[in-house]
Amino acid sequence: MRPVEIKDGIHWVGAVDWNCRNFHGYALSSKGTTYNAFVIDDEKKVLIDTVPAAFESQFLCSVANVTEFEKIDYIVVNHLEPDHSGCLARMVELCKPEKIFISPMGAKALKTFFDCEDWPIVVANSGDEISIGKNTLRFYETKMLHWPDNMFTFIPEAKMLISSDAFGQNWATSERFVDEVSKEKVSDLMAQYYANIVNPYSAKVIKTLDFFGELNLDIDMLCPDHGLMFRGEDVGFALAKYADYAAQKTTNKAVIVYDTMWKSTEKMANAIASGIADEGVSVRLMNVKANHHSDIMSEVFDAGAVILGSPTHNNGILPGMADVLTYVKGLRPQNKIGACFGSFGWSGECVKILRGWLETMNMEVIDPNIKTKNRPDHKSFEECYELGREIAKAVKAKNA
Amino acid sequence: MKYVCNICGWVYDPAEGDPDGGIAPGTAFKDIPDDWECPVCGAGKDDFEAES
Repeated sequence: MRPVEIKDGIHWVGAVDWNCRNFHGYALSSKGTTYNAFVIDDEKKVLIDTVPAAFESQFLCSVANVTEFEKIDYIVVNHLEPDHSGCLARMVELCKPEKIFISPMGAKALKTFFDCEDWPIVVANSGDEISIGKNTLRFYETKMLHWPDNMFTFIPEAKMLISSDAFGQNWATSERFVDEVSKEKVSDLMAQYYANIVNPYSAKVIKTLDFFGELNLDIDMLCPDHGLMFRGEDVGFALAKYADYAAQKTTNKAVIVYDTMWKSTEKMANAIASGIADEGVSVRLMNVKANHHSDIMSEVFDAGAVILGSPTHNNGILPGMADVLTYVKGLRPQNKIGACFGSFGWSGECVKILRGWLETMNMEVIDPNIKTKNRPDHKSFEECYELGREIAKAVKAKNA
Repeated sequence: MKYVCNICGWVYDPAEGDPDGGIAPGTAFKDIPDDWECPVCGAGKDDFEAES
């Protein structure tokens, strides 16, 4: 896509990745994504962030549409992850910038990404600012949102906050702003992005929102590095969403995450789901072979209960469950009720192992952990159904 | 006692201290200055918890 002038003299020069489905090797981005980068055409010309190396040719073309490379005086590096710094070395070579602004943690990490001994690095401490003519750049460290080096760049005259990975969504579109598309879809994609990337750092999100709340900056454009940008009233919408997500609120929803060999565990899952639904709690059945771990995490994110099911296989659980549990645990879901079940042939370690996973995620475990030998009979189905009802009651009580 | 950073998972071991951050080996966590930061992610001292 060609550059778009989003504010007087401030141009979007990002790239739209229509084909991206594997986001950073761990999450799904089923609607593609964008990498947002900016050029400010002021007395000093500034490049803020870049795009992945795979998009270098179109990025160079976009920047060149706004200004000649040699005229770029400053480069701002809000985040070192390669989807935002993929063209940084090339731009340093082409632009020969007078200064490169980066956070203190970024400056430490830069040399582990680039051969940058002769780069004109300026460490931007939180609150530092520099005039570029009509506009000022002010930098704020936002450590662990979601890497140590992340920072925001605020342009007070333009009332514009460039927020790096925070507030992003993975959605490849020809539109650049949230008010040009379905807000409901943006909301879903923001939640998916938060669940799969930002969730472990929710405590940091709360502190950052409090910090910016106290600063009371006048912001009428909020520009994440992925997806659509927020302007006008949508800025408040984005901030409120993050406050909600960070609070780790749960809903009257239960997610049953399971794998199965000969369908015994699946039948138990169905009986538990019936019990949950009959108590008026929404339930999602997620077979790990039918659902990517990223989609499972998106459902777990706002669920009140997570129920794990696996048959016993070679004294352990099925490997697909271990994949999902490793991923979900790393994203640190909070405030969940948990339960577990599974079938077995001879040794039957499944529920003990699943319970261990629930406990390491600090879930409040509802008993009993149901284990069925080979094939669930009428009595096991009744137990599963009753467990479902108990889980649902606990979820409703917790959210009441 | 060791302390774990709640944000990034780095572990402070008093036996090793954090020499790059000006904390000598043998310094107990409680004796670290309040403005010290996690060397990995920059989190504050209040983001640490005793290792269980």
